[in-house]
Amino acid sequence: MPTYHLNINGSQKKVETEADTPLLHVLSDYLELNAPTYGCGLSQCGSCTVLVNGTATTSCMLPVSSIGKSEITTLEGLVSDNGKLHAVQRAFVKEQAAQCGYCLNGMVMTTISLLNKNPSPDDVEIRNALEGNICRCGSHTRIIRAVKTAAKSL
Amino acid sequence: MTEIPLQSRRKFIKNMGYISVGFSLLGACIGSEDPTIASRATYDGKLPGSIGRAKTVNAWLEILEDGNIRVLSGKVELGQGLRTAIQQVAAEELDMDLDKVQVHLAETGLTPNEGYTGASASIQNSAMSVRYAAATARQELLGLASKKLNTPIDDLLLFNGIVKSKLGNKSLTFAEILEGEQIDKEVIVPVPIKNKAEHRYVGKSIARTDIEGMVRGQAGYIQNLRFPGMVHARVVRPPGYESKLLTLDETGLKAEVPGVLKTVVKGSFVGVITEREHQAIKAEQYLRNHSEWTTSAPFPQIENLFTHIKEIANDPETVRNEGNVEAAFKGVETIKARYTKPYIKHASLGPACGWAMFDGEVLHIWSHSQGIYPLREALATMLSMEAEKIHIIAVPGAGCFGHSTADDAATDAALLAMEYPNTHVRVQWSRQDEHLWDPYGPAMIAELEASLDENNRINSWKADVWTDSHSQRPNKDAGTVLAARYLETPFTMKSRGYLGGGHRNADPYYNIPNMKLNAHYYNGPFRVSSLRSLGSFTNIFAIESLMDSLAEKAGQDPLDFRLKHLEDERAIAVIQKVKELTASQNIADNQGVGYAFMRYKNTDAYIAMAAKVAVDKVTGNIELIKMWAAVDVGEVINMDGITNQIEGGLIQAASWTLKEQLTFNTNEITSTDWIKYPILRFSEIPEVEVAIINRPEEDAKGVGEVPMPPTPAAIANAIYKACGKRVYDLPITPEKILNG
Repeated sequence: MPTYHLNINGSQKKVETEADTPLLHVLSDYLELNAPTYGCGLSQCGSCTVLVNGTATTSCMLPVSSIGKSEITTLEGLVSDNGKLHAVQRAFVKEQAAQCGYCLNGMVMTTISLLNKNPSPDDVEIRNALEGNICRCGSHTRIIRAVKTAAKSL
Repeated sequence: MTEIPLQSRRKFIKNMGYISVGFSLLGACIGSEDPTIASRATYDGKLPGSIGRAKTVNAWLEILEDGNIRVLSGKVELGQGLRTAIQQVAAEELDMDLDKVQVHLAETGLTPNEGYTGASASIQNSAMSVRYAAATARQELLGLASKKLNTPIDDLLLFNGIVKSKLGNKSLTFAEILEGEQIDKEVIVPVPIKNKAEHRYVGKSIARTDIEGMVRGQAGYIQNLRFPGMVHARVVRPPGYESKLLTLDETGLKAEVPGVLKTVVKGSFVGVITEREHQAIKAEQYLRNHSEWTTSAPFPQIENLFTHIKEIANDPETVRNEGNVEAAFKGVETIKARYTKPYIKHASLGPACGWAMFDGEVLHIWSHSQGIYPLREALATMLSMEAEKIHIIAVPGAGCFGHSTADDAATDAALLAMEYPNTHVRVQWSRQDEHLWDPYGPAMIAELEASLDENNRINSWKADVWTDSHSQRPNKDAGTVLAARYLETPFTMKSRGYLGGGHRNADPYYNIPNMKLNAHYYNGPFRVSSLRSLGSFTNIFAIESLMDSLAEKAGQDPLDFRLKHLEDERAIAVIQKVKELTASQNIADNQGVGYAFMRYKNTDAYIAMAAKVAVDKVTGNIELIKMWAAVDVGEVINMDGITNQIEGGLIQAASWTLKEQLTFNTNEITSTDWIKYPILRFSEIPEVEVAIINRPEEDAKGVGEVPMPPTPAAIANAIYKACGKRVYDLPITPEKILNG
C-alpha cells in the first residue's frame, strides 16, 4: 500500500493508504480530524470543505494521491496554538450562526477562502461564494451575517 | 424581593466557621459578593407528563461532589438548543452560574424515559420537569441545611452550590448537605418556584455554548466517536422495498477491496465490516454489483399519485362535526378547492450513523435516535434479548427534523456487532441510502369547501383530508426498524403508526358555526414517518390559502377578515404584530405580500406570518424576498434560541414550498441526491425577521414545528397578490405559475 506525506495544518503527516482514498477519509479516519463532515461523498453539499493552498475545496472526492505537496488546512488548523479562534470562527460564535452545526465546517472554510480573495464582499458575493454549501437547518441568514461580521473584523 | 446585605468575599471567608468549606468555596467565590436572591411564588398547577414517569428529584438532577449539578433529561439535542434551555431553567431555580450546570441527555438506565424528542414538546415536558425538580431540590437542600446549621430556613441563602446563613458565619456546600446521598424526594405541588419577574436566565437570549465547540471541530457528532480497535461497516440495501436477496457472490471481494473483515448475511440483510471507512464504501459497491435481488412492487406513476391515493384510501372517519354543514351549504354559493402536497424528505445534511459493541452480555449502542427507550424495545424484540441487556446512549447527529434514519443505522450496527463481538462497529449510511430509505413525510390532499353568510362571515366549513401515517417510530414492534424487515424471519410492521397526525390543524382555529372534518387514511407506496409539523403543513397551507380566497370574495383585507373570525386575544395579538411589521413595505407591480396564521395543534403556540415575493410574469420565476413571523410561545426560555428556530424553520419551510418533492417512476425512487432533490441554496434565501411576544405568565410551549405550516400559504397568497395566479399544488414552481 502506498505511503503519502501530507502537509496538513502546517505539519507533515504520514499516511499509508490506497491511492484512491478520498482526502476526507484520510483526515477523519486516519488523522482523527473531525471538522470536515461527511455529507454526501458527491461534492454536492460542501460539508467536507478544506482549504487546499488557501482555496476552499470539497475533500470527499479528492483522491489522496492527487494532493502532493499542497498545503491542506482544516477547521482545526485555524485555531492558534494558544487556543485562540480565527476571526471567522469568532464571528460564527458571535452571530450564533448554527443550529445542528453539521454544515458549519464548510461554511467557515468557504468564508475564509472568500475573504482571502475578497476582503469586503457584498451580499451577492457572499451568497455566490456559499452557493455550494448546503444548510438544512436554515441558518443561512445568520451565516451571511457572520461573514459580514468577520469581514469587518479582519 | 429579599434584599441581602452585600458583603465582601474576604469578610465571608473570615466569618466562616468551617475551614473545609472555606477551601471548597475558594475557587467559586473569590472576589464575588453574595447575590440578591429572588423571591419565590407558589406553583400549584399541573405537573408535566414526564414527571409521572420519573417522580423523584434525583431522576432529574444530581448533585456532584464538586458542587456542580448534573441535569438528566430523556430528550436529545437536535440542534434546537435544548441543552442550553434546560441549563437555563435549572440554573435559574437553583440560583447557580450557568456553567455549574451540566446537562446529560438521553441514556438508557440513566436518564428518565421521555419517549421521543419531537412534537415541539421538549420544553413543556422536559424543561418544565427540570424546573419543578430543581425547585423541589432547592427546598430540600434548604430544609436539610437548616437542620444541620441549626438556622431557620428564612435566615439561609442558597446560591451557586452553597447554603449559608444570612449573617455569613455558617455555610455548607450542597455536597456537605447531602453527604453522598441524592435527593429522592418526590416532585409534587405546591412547590415554590422563582418569581418569573426576577429571572436572570430564563426569557433572555443566552448564547449556546455548543457553537464554540462546533467552530473548533469539536462538536461531538456521532460520526466522530472513536474507540480503540473500532471497525467500519456499510449495509447493502435492497434495490426496492420488497426485494429479497437471491444470490450474493463475494468470492472476489477480498482480492478487490483491502481491509475486508467480515460479510454478514442474515436473510436479505447484507452488511460488510472493514478496517477503514473508504474500504467499507468500496466493499458495499462490490457486493451490490455482485448480488441479485427480486423485484419490488411497482410504484404508481408520479402524475397519478393523488388519484392513486384516493383509490386506496379507507372510508372516511369524521373527526369533528359541529352544527350542520350540509344544511348550511344548501342554496348558497360555496368556494371549493383542492390542495396537494407531495412526499417530502427529511434530507438531513448528515447521513445516518450508528455504533454498537456487544461485550458478550450487554449490547452497547450509540445513536442519534430521537427516542432511545422505544428504540431499545424494538431492538430487544428483533434480537430476542432482554431490554435491560441493551444500553443506548444518545449522541447528537446532524439536524433530522423528525423520525428519520438514525434508528435504522443503530439497528444495522446492532445486527453487525452481534456477529462481530467485543469490537465497536460503526455503520455509516451513504447519501443515496439516506435519500432512498428515509421515511418520508407523506403526500397529502386537502379538499375544502366553505360558505359565507349575508354578513360576509364564514358560516360553514368542510374539510376532507387524505393522509398516510405520520409516525412509524420505533416501538416494541420490531417491524418499525428497517433492517428487521429483511432478516431470515422478517418482522413486518403490525400497526399503521400515528394516523391522527394527518388531520392535525385541519379544523380551522377560527369561529365558524358549522364545521366538519373527515379524515381519509391511506396506506401508501412509500415508507413514511413524522416530518416536522406532520399534517399541519398541508392543512394550514389549505386553510390559509382558502382564507385569502374567502377574504377576496368578501371584499375584505385578508388580515381583517381573519381577525373577524378570532376572539382569542393572543391570536389577535400576533396578527396585529405581523401587520405592524409589514406596514411600511413598498410593493412594486410584480410583487405581493401574503399572510397566514396558525395556532399550532389549536392548543399551543401562535404564529402570524408574512411573505413578500416578486414574480416574473414571463418566466414564472419566483423571488422570495422576505418573510416575517410574529410568534407567541407563552413563556420564553431562550429568546435567541426561539428566534433561531423560527428563522431556520421559515427557510426550511420555504424550501419545502418552492423546491421539494420526492420523484419516482414505476420502478424506483429517482431523487437520490442533492441534485435530483434540490433544496433552497444561498442565492434563493430570503431575509427573515422574527418578533416574539413573551408571556411569562403563560405555559411555555415548544416552537420547533411552529414556523412550518403557515409558510406555504403565506407564499402562495403573496404570489397570488403579485401575479393573480393561485397555486394549489406544492411545490410552487415557475411552471405551475405559467401553466395549470
